[in-house]
Amino acid sequence: MNSGITRGLRRLFGAALLTVPTVLLAQDVKPRYPNHHWYSWWMNILPDTASTYAPDVDGMFNLILWITLIVFVLVEGCLVYFLWKYRHKPGRKAVYYHGNNKLEITWTTIPALILVFLAVFSNKIWSEIKSPDRFPKNAPVIRIMPRQFEWDITYPGPDGKFDTPDDINTINNLYLAANEPVQIKLQGQDVIHSFFVPEFRIKQDAVPGMPTAVWFNPTHTGEYDIACAELCGLGHYRMKGFVHIVSHDSLSRWMASQAPPPPAPAAVAPAADTAKKAETK
Amino acid sequence: MSTIVLPKEIKTAHGEHAHHHELSFWRKYIFSLDHKVIGIQFLFSSCFFLLVGGLLALVVRLQLGWPDHQGWFYLMMAKFFHAIFGDKMIAGTIILPEFYNAAFTMHATFMIFFAVMPFLMGTFANFLIPLQIGAGDMAFPKLNMASFWVSLLSGAIMLCAFIVPGGAAGGGWTSYPTLSAIPELSGVTWGQNLWLISLLLSGVASLMGAINYITTIVNMRAPGMSWLRMPLPVWAMFVTAILLLLAVPVLAAALVLLLFDRTLGTSFFIPHGVLVAGSPLTGHTGGGQVLLWQHLFWFFGHPEVYIMILPAMGLTSEILSVFARKPIFGYKAMVLSICGIAFLGFIVWGHHMFQSGMNPLLGTTFMISTMAIAIPSAIKTFNWLGTLWGGNFKFTTAFLFAIGFVSMFAIGGLSGIFMASSPVDIFIHDTYFIVGHIHYVLFGGSIMAIFGGIYYWFPKMFGRMMNEKIGKLHFWLLFLSFNGVFFPMHILGVNGMMRRIYDYTQYEHLAHLQPLNAFMSVCAFILGLSVLIFLFNLFYSIFRGPKAPVNPWNANTLEWTVAYPIPHGNFAEMPHVFRGPYEYSAPDCPEGQDFYPQNVPPPGWGPTDSKAH
Ligand code: HEM
Ligand SMILES: [Cu+2]
Ligand SMILES: [Cu+2]
Repeated sequence: MNSGITRGLRRLFGAALLTVPTVLLAQDVKPRYPNHHWYSWWMNILPDTASTYAPDVDGMFNLILWITLIVFVLVEGCLVYFLWKYRHKPGRKAVYYHGNNKLEITWTTIPALILVFLAVFSNKIWSEIKSPDRFPKNAPVIRIMPRQFEWDITYPGPDGKFDTPDDINTINNLYLAANEPVQIKLQGQDVIHSFFVPEFRIKQDAVPGMPTAVWFNPTHTGEYDIACAELCGLGHYRMKGFVHIVSHDSLSRWMASQAPPPPAPAAVAPAADTAKKAETK
Repeated sequence: MSTIVLPKEIKTAHGEHAHHHELSFWRKYIFSLDHKVIGIQFLFSSCFFLLVGGLLALVVRLQLGWPDHQGWFYLMMAKFFHAIFGDKMIAGTIILPEFYNAAFTMHATFMIFFAVMPFLMGTFANFLIPLQIGAGDMAFPKLNMASFWVSLLSGAIMLCAFIVPGGAAGGGWTSYPTLSAIPELSGVTWGQNLWLISLLLSGVASLMGAINYITTIVNMRAPGMSWLRMPLPVWAMFVTAILLLLAVPVLAAALVLLLFDRTLGTSFFIPHGVLVAGSPLTGHTGGGQVLLWQHLFWFFGHPEVYIMILPAMGLTSEILSVFARKPIFGYKAMVLSICGIAFLGFIVWGHHMFQSGMNPLLGTTFMISTMAIAIPSAIKTFNWLGTLWGGNFKFTTAFLFAIGFVSMFAIGGLSGIFMASSPVDIFIHDTYFIVGHIHYVLFGGSIMAIFGGIYYWFPKMFGRMMNEKIGKLHFWLLFLSFNGVFFPMHILGVNGMMRRIYDYTQYEHLAHLQPLNAFMSVCAFILGLSVLIFLFNLFYSIFRGPKAPVNPWNANTLEWTVAYPIPHGNFAEMPHVFRGPYEYSAPDCPEGQDFYPQNVPPPGWGPTDSKAH
């Protein structure tokens, strides 16, 4: 048989080897969660944003994406082109060449400059988000003490102090007002957990024995997941909470409904939230 | 025993030379002092652990692909794994969450410490260093033997973790306390202790190897083998051995402290006021620092990732140059960037801790150093491209894998820049983006180079050739399915999918990723198949492969000057080295060939020739 045909057949066989199992298994790849489209990951590279600094993070991400995309295309392009151009041909000899210092200097300096640029810009955003002396002044402080496997949330109440009788305590449900910056104090109680709200582009570990803090300013009303991003044990995968971003007024109303009446034990426990005292010791 | 050996020894002592010791089977193949045999022992043990790690990875992928535990493919594979792992880990067809955690923890542990590291710094370091520098053996052959057996022992201990009560360690390969320090919080008891003990032993084995490699390379190079005539694999392994020597003791200290916390009631990593199910922890004084572990671990951990890539870069450089029939582009730049990576590798560990609560000012420092480490990585990539430019390629399987390395490592290096930017890392830290990055550098990088290296040096290891057709099938299947599994991980990460998570469909923002995950899992099983094809090729060729010529690839380095089987002692006469290792297509090559072996004297070398030999 003609060698070209054999080669073609062999390639076809190779392709079949890969596609047949894929196609066979594809029936198992059908969407089981019908309210989402399987292709939605492609429509939108980054998920929606809902905090003031989230667009900055995304901007940095996209900038790096463009730069790396260009480098990627150049590098892989050269590679593929060379592989094709310099494939073995009888009678041709490879070039005898040991290198070129000018080239070495060029391809050291250019990446170095790009990386310095990226570091400087990244640092601006980094300190805007994480630097303690850039935290918004006078933002209300809320304390979250995550434990296996729930988010124990405390509002200081009208007196503005924690661990006083007027504290408001909820589990897994964080209520906040839109367009008002807030600071969260994180205190791990047992293992490391990590406070992660994807739409806010915020993540911060909560470490036992070492309080940490984050701030953010939610820009949209709505409900968002709080995910635990640090492996914290068997129930890590279901350690989920919710941030409810509401209007300023609804937040005040909710606060009022939560306030424990000063002398007597709590009378009204709203059904929506499991208002429960933390079992702190 | 000794009474039988004695007469022979007397006889050889009176004979011409001590060359022909008749070693018993045990001394020749099991407790061998010969670096080549030890290298091959590491090859087999690493292949075994690669399979173990791979099996665990498939369990993880099965769970992630079908978190609802339904579908014929899920059920079929779950039954298969149930038969292996039993009811305690897979209840009927349900992969239990505790086993899921153990599976990804042990997967990473086996792959890193018992597959990739021993492949590179066990198999290739052992096999290549003496042969490529023209030495008879390692400086300390007994230490070398001990290194293998201690490493095997530690692997066996790690395997035992699956059968002790409480199951294997499930705190991730990074084992962050307090989860890893307090059994009540993780439910894992002896599994975690064994993990610590095993890694301690494996560290001892690494150190024994490292000391040996450094000593051998410094002291035992053949005449003429100056530092700048050393093949790049030797350079890479030399620098890697130094990394091991400096990084592993730090890990060892951390492991011992954590073991004390677990077994003796100390509190190095356990702070005051830890609660267990709402009540204070008993049996510990507290006062420790949770972040101390992370600093110690990553002070080791980041150099560790370069321990797993530098030797792979060395192997790749060698293979590229041979099959491009061209000198390495920028040999000195290559050496300098190896050293640069090694140095910078010690000052970037904090990039794993950007979100840990460490002072954000440190985040800035570590971001700058991390950006800096991307520079030598870029230099190496450009030099590989330079090496390919103007070549005359032979597309052997080894060459394909070396190309695979370059193209995949480029992706891994570029994704590293996203994470190096600390604000971007806020979002992608601890998501699948990281998992994607790891696998592009460690699988697309290190494992590809290891496969390439095995195809390339197999003729010298076993005296036969591997099957090129099966090899190419292996490559293409692996290359395509690899990208099918790991590229989408970046997309998962960018969607915010956390790593180490048993059931992401709990989250509103992640449920729609199930079909993509299922596709990735299918690719993972194809990837597993490709590894089986490789193992078949390996063992088939050991017994049935066609006999290999002495120098099948027309290569320059010294290992190709000795014929199989290479006797203990390697070189019948001390080789003399006249030039660098990459003189391919040089104009002054001996008549009719495009390579110039390192040991062939130049034409004018004349009368002293015979004396030097
Ligand atoms: C261009 C060079 C590189 C840069 C800039 C870089 C950057 C980073 C950063 C910033 C992280 C931490 C991300 C996070 O957890 O949030 C990381 C993680 C990691 N990198 Fe790299 N990296 C580079 C090359 C490599 C190489 C060559 C390897 C291994 C061969 C490697 C292996 C890893 C591994 C295993 C992790 C994850 C560790 C874990 O959390 O389990 N990286 N890298
Ligand atoms: Cu968690
Ligand atoms: Cu690192």
